[in-house]
Amino acid sequence: MKALLKQVRRGAAGIFGALSEVLKEVFDEAAYARYLNRAGIASSREAYAAFRRECENGQARRPRCC
Amino acid sequence: MNKTLRALGWGMVGIVGAVAVGAIALRRGEPINALWLVVAATCCYALGYRFYSKFIAVKILALDALRATPAERLENGRDFLVTNKWVVFGHHFAAIAGPGPLVGPVLAAQFGYLPGTMWVLAGAVFAGCVQDFVILLFSVRRDGKSLTEMAKDEIGRVGGFVAYVAVIAILIILLGVAALIVVNALKASPWGTFTIAMTMPIALLMGVYLRRIRPGKVLEVSGLGFVLVLAAIWGGQYVSQNEVLAKIFTFSAPALAILIMVYGFAASALPVWLLLAPRDYLSTFVKLGTIALLGVGIVALHPMLHMPALTRFVDGTGPVFAGKIFPFAFITIACGAISGFHALISSGTTPKLIARETETRMVGYGAMIAESAVAVMAIIAACVMQPGVYFAINSPAGIVGQAPTTAAATISGWGFPVTTADMQALAHAVGEQTLYNRTGGAPAFAVGMAHIFSHSLGGETLMALWYHFAIMFEALFILTILDAGTRVARFMVQDALGHVYKPWGRTSWYPSILGTSALIVGAWGYFLWQGVKDPLGGINSLWPLFGISNQLLATVALCVATTIIIKLHRAKYAAVTLVPLAWLVAATFTASWHKMFDANPRVGFLAQARVLNAGPMTSSTARVIFNNRLDAAVTGVLVVMVTLVLVESARQWMGILRGTREAPVKESPFVKTRSVEERG
Repeated sequence: MKALLKQVRRGAAGIFGALSEVLKEVFDEAAYARYLNRAGIASSREAYAAFRRECENGQARRPRCC
Repeated sequence: MNKTLRALGWGMVGIVGAVAVGAIALRRGEPINALWLVVAATCCYALGYRFYSKFIAVKILALDALRATPAERLENGRDFLVTNKWVVFGHHFAAIAGPGPLVGPVLAAQFGYLPGTMWVLAGAVFAGCVQDFVILLFSVRRDGKSLTEMAKDEIGRVGGFVAYVAVIAILIILLGVAALIVVNALKASPWGTFTIAMTMPIALLMGVYLRRIRPGKVLEVSGLGFVLVLAAIWGGQYVSQNEVLAKIFTFSAPALAILIMVYGFAASALPVWLLLAPRDYLSTFVKLGTIALLGVGIVALHPMLHMPALTRFVDGTGPVFAGKIFPFAFITIACGAISGFHALISSGTTPKLIARETETRMVGYGAMIAESAVAVMAIIAACVMQPGVYFAINSPAGIVGQAPTTAAATISGWGFPVTTADMQALAHAVGEQTLYNRTGGAPAFAVGMAHIFSHSLGGETLMALWYHFAIMFEALFILTILDAGTRVARFMVQDALGHVYKPWGRTSWYPSILGTSALIVGAWGYFLWQGVKDPLGGINSLWPLFGISNQLLATVALCVATTIIIKLHRAKYAAVTLVPLAWLVAATFTASWHKMFDANPRVGFLAQARVLNAGPMTSSTARVIFNNRLDAAVTGVLVVMVTLVLVESARQWMGILRGTREAPVKESPFVKTRSVEERG
């Protein structure tokens, strides 16, 4: 029973983890984290402005479906 | 034992699916429960994914888990990035799910629930999912190349040019139609207009919050934006009840059209971070949440469908749009079954994120299944209403009359009883002055969605809030597409103009930004204005035009896919893309023919121009005549161009099969994935 509960808990954590990862990616939070990591800087107004500048052209070109 | 159990399990899925499809197809004369559609769809999708997509993956595409994808080989942390398959799935679904799978099925419900449901299920499993899957894989094998580049490489220059023009044409027509849907949903609706107007300062606030207060906290600010939007919906009812405020937020259709064009221009020319990006986040947040909520609501409430399986309008005399079930059902429902636009996304951002070739099946085929499920929900939302109510909302005044009594009498005369008292009560329940002649599909979907939600959560007292939530959800969706679409089209035009005069190609040069933004907004604004002024409501002529251009793009995508399959020496399996291609060509070309040359003035553009030409000539008649001729010309040009691609593709296929033409496969060379080498 304990093992089953542990498995269920692990499964639920996995699902929530994946969901959170999906949301962070869809909402560009993960992309910003990668940008900070790549540039080796901490989050700030300037860093976010630079991140937005970098991805603006790419994002604006991204098609959205009907 | 395991194998036997699995076979038994899939056998059961097949039997249950067949029973559900049989129940949908054969029951006549009495309402059926929406759960039959849910069960049929679940079984069809499960079988399609498990068996058909597996067959394509193994026999045709030969997916190779050892082959490094462009995300791995060209990883740069920006466009090319190895990403978790569920994350890519979410990304891809968020990009392909627009208002199309909601609006198309609602409009096609005039034929009854059966044609739309069957086309959505069969079209998705055998055509739409296949197109998205194969184009995604072929793009992955070509370093993430776009559809237009692949068409140029595999079919020839004509293919590339036609794909480019088709994309621009679709974008412009789509944006015009989408704007018209918003106009029809918001005209004479102070509550709805106030809510949508409030999303703009909310988006600006989100932009400033993201940039200045909590940089990068997108989920947090989207949650905050969502709460503010809910507050705006709540506040809207007080605006509609206040005489002064209601007057301020009540607009006619032409006034709304002008406001939307001004908005489109501003959104295209303003910095992305200020309006476009936060609105996109807010829209995605609302979209994903609402679709999930609607799915739960349908399963929890399992409402009865009051629309018959087939209505009398299969003969082509429908009030929502004119034309027979074939071909018009198949171009009206695009995104829920197959959409050429998806091929752009399957060959856009997504292939650059795929970690393993084997994941293209789940992302390409699987996300289209999810999109198709959204279309099934839209069919359910449209069909839970009494048919008389559905037709009263969706029929233009030019068909059923302007006065409520005339409209109710006309619709009741068709065999779908509705009274002015019913419509008045419904309008009152949802907080509108009237629900007659609200063409475009969005208000009908909102009423259906409000019906489902109010029966699951909150009861009748919350009907008006749910209705305006649904209107806000659709309008937000559509405005996001308007601003992003205008920008995408602007970049495409700038790219092309850059070949003529270099500075025009610079995306940061303001004369170019303003000029091309005005050009694109002017183009879709023209179609919007045409729709607003159309006595038949606009949707009758513009939605088929959009459907035709979208399906013609799918024809180009399937030509590319078939050509590559034949080049891969798998011609014996080419039917997988050739059969949907043949079906699309038959449906789209027949629809185009009818829209251009049908003798019925409600169907044929030229016939309507002739009828108007024979009557008294006023300036507005002259404009409608010109618009009809223009629509016929646009359809004709698209058909001729796609015919050229078809002929060029067929020459390639015949040449390869006869051995008279070389068939070089333009794939990137095989590179073994690093993770295998790391594993040793």
